[in-house]
Amino acid sequence: MDLPVVWFLLIAVLWTGYLVLEGFDFGVGMLLAILPRGDRARREKERRLMINTIGPVWDGNEVWLLTAGGATFAAFPEWYATLFSGFYLPLFLILVALIVRVVAFEWRGKIDSPTWRAWADRALVVGSFVPALLWGVAFANLVRGVELDADHQYVGGFLALLSPFALLGGVVTLSIFLTHGAVFLAMKVDGDMRERAGAFAARSSVVTLVAAGVWAVWAQVAYAGRAWTWAAVAVAAVALVLVVAATRVRREGVAFTASAVAIVAAVVLIFGSMFPDVMPAFDPANSLTVANASSTDYTLTVMTWVAAILTPVVLLYQGWTYWVFRKRLTIEHIPEATGLTFDRVVARS
Amino acid sequence: MDALDLARWQFGITTVYHFIFVPLTIGLAPLVAVMQTAWVRTGNERWLRLTKFFGKLLLINFAIGVATGIVQEFQFGMNWSEYSRFVGDVFGAPLAMEALAAFFVESTFLGLWIFGWDRLPKRIHLACIWAVAIATNLSAYFILAANSWMQHPVGTTFNMETGRAEMTDVVAVLTNPTLLAAFPHTIAAAFLTAGTFVAGIAAWWMVRLARAGQVATARDVYRPAVVLGLVTMLVSGAGVALSGDWQAKLMFQQQPAKMAAAEGLCTSQEGAPFSILAIGDLTNDCEGVRHLLEIPGVTSFLATGDFDAPIRGVEELQEQYTQWITEWDEANGVSSGVDDDTRFYPNLAVTYWSFRLMIGLGAGSAALALAALWLLRRRGAVTDRPWFALLGLVAIPTPFLASAFGWIFTEMGRQPWVVAPNPDASGVDGVWLLTARGVSEVVSPGMVLFSMIGFTLLYGVLMVVWFRLMKRYAVQGVADTEHDPSPEANPPADDADGSDRPLSFAY
Repeated sequence: MDLPVVWFLLIAVLWTGYLVLEGFDFGVGMLLAILPRGDRARREKERRLMINTIGPVWDGNEVWLLTAGGATFAAFPEWYATLFSGFYLPLFLILVALIVRVVAFEWRGKIDSPTWRAWADRALVVGSFVPALLWGVAFANLVRGVELDADHQYVGGFLALLSPFALLGGVVTLSIFLTHGAVFLAMKVDGDMRERAGAFAARSSVVTLVAAGVWAVWAQVAYAGRAWTWAAVAVAAVALVLVVAATRVRREGVAFTASAVAIVAAVVLIFGSMFPDVMPAFDPANSLTVANASSTDYTLTVMTWVAAILTPVVLLYQGWTYWVFRKRLTIEHIPEATGLTFDRVVARS
Repeated sequence: MDALDLARWQFGITTVYHFIFVPLTIGLAPLVAVMQTAWVRTGNERWLRLTKFFGKLLLINFAIGVATGIVQEFQFGMNWSEYSRFVGDVFGAPLAMEALAAFFVESTFLGLWIFGWDRLPKRIHLACIWAVAIATNLSAYFILAANSWMQHPVGTTFNMETGRAEMTDVVAVLTNPTLLAAFPHTIAAAFLTAGTFVAGIAAWWMVRLARAGQVATARDVYRPAVVLGLVTMLVSGAGVALSGDWQAKLMFQQQPAKMAAAEGLCTSQEGAPFSILAIGDLTNDCEGVRHLLEIPGVTSFLATGDFDAPIRGVEELQEQYTQWITEWDEANGVSSGVDDDTRFYPNLAVTYWSFRLMIGLGAGSAALALAALWLLRRRGAVTDRPWFALLGLVAIPTPFLASAFGWIFTEMGRQPWVVAPNPDASGVDGVWLLTARGVSEVVSPGMVLFSMIGFTLLYGVLMVVWFRLMKRYAVQGVADTEHDPSPEANPPADDADGSDRPLSFAY
């Protein structure tokens, strides 16, 4: 196997890591607007409970995206250049969403004020919702193909990215992340919240199954055109059915594994459909391929060594993080808010 | 304005903004690690209180540094896609290495540090903040490797067929002399920033408490913090000056036009003077530059170690660069697309003043350091001088501003190139790119303007919030007491493993 193909696979792996991991923390972020119940104080405690299930890990999850971006830049500069300049507005919206999300996580508890927290919650919900939707739109466009000119420049404009197929792709990632997040919550908390998250996942998994099923078959019939990717569709279908079944009987571990497998299968389907293109064009002569978009063999060799040595180490310590924070949380674990107010009230005597 | 100007403004705004927070993170993470180490080793509770206090400030700052860093990586592809095509084979590698080798460590172990106080054994928890501290510095190394390559492209050839720069020697890229000078300079500046930050806040509190009669707390808690900050400032301040001198000498060789412009040196001169004050009409024209105050021979000395050495001015350099490019085009039968009126030197006023502001503001911390050394010279001394508290506060922003002007100087001084050509025979190798050629071809001015307004407004709001949060937490001061949250100090009671207790830290 030649090195550009290895790097195509590695980038698929990085996206898999990103979508599986940040997928559930996007889900938890969106559910902040949906799951909490009770009076104001109770809802606030429940939101904090939810945020703390992902608190120690969301930042590490997000680095998978930065690594995928950096790896694309290093291994496929043409792909990186065409994709990032071509999908300008969606990427801008994703960036804004990720920025407000990052600061909201870290700053939310720093000020003890309902207004402050309400703003942070808006930022967390919108900051999770927008990328969850737009990543699906972007990947659907990569499967569908886009308008590239002979210089490999994207010339289709913004509205061309919003085809029904692409928008359905957005709905798929949105619903799969919602389900994945709800299942994760059910696995990580106990008490009322666990029950509610499980019930939500039981409902949303059905929507996910239908939306993902329609999209995958559509992708397969209309754009992929190769036989073996049906296997990915089949795996995704089985996994999503398993999510539906497992959430009904509240087997959270099984459901989470299954929704992770479904996301892996979706990435296999997406990257499998593109290959050997990295960015299929409407006119196949203009497509960016694994061969014509890649860096030199020298650069790829260097990067392969770096990735081969470091990726297992990253997996080890990230895995350890999940182990350290493996315990279920309940509302009783959440301490009183320790944030300060903006007004200086403490006068030292 | 066209897409090029807007993309340049956007890069300038987002980069300078990002780099307000980064130096503090790079320097403060190790200082917090030192404070926590002091606590773990001595068991003295004051170090735990200081760790928690400065740790909170570190976290507030870290979040916004991360958030704005994501934009930096995406921006190369969004606004500078032609640049990305040209350099991706070389430039992408250090970015990917940063993510894999450093950024994963930073974000993962920061999560462990924030939430792990009561979950991890004391020493392992301490190792987490050290991992963060080392990784933030390693991040800087890889990013500076990428940037240094733009200043001085090494380990690379130009491929005529693909029309791009291609890496031939990764070791050369990672040991670029430009990088070996830029890294200590940037890191020392970051430690100076964090040292001044710690010393400034602690000095303000020490005076405040001493005036309120709480001399014991001032001596016991804040004086050690001032001393820690002060030591950091002295060591890093010397590092900034030495590495800066080294960097300047390299720049005279590698980017002569940048340093000539920084000195406002239009005509070549033997024994070139160091200009302290100059005025110009901002037309970026040699005709408009008037030097008012100069020290003879000093520029020559700084550049070469010889007071009489000849230094090329921008007019001579303009001719040399024009000749090099013409020769290259003729030899290779190509057109580099360089117009006759292309200026091969940067904007004179911006370069001249950013260089002086960098040095001047960088020295701003020195006043605080000198005053503190004098006032606190006796063992255990504290001071209640109000002017010292004020000096502490005034000193804090100076290294931040110096860093900003340092980057403006470095990046604006590289113009008109985005990848600067090597100015010697070995370097006339086709590995160069004009900034104007690097901009995205398919992105309209409207889109760049839209995203620029978006980022600027968002950054403006976040800046206000960041400042209020930092100020609020700094004004709160160090907690009066802090209990030891480690598992060792909290043996399981009723429940089997203590897992029913509330978390010691939660968002």
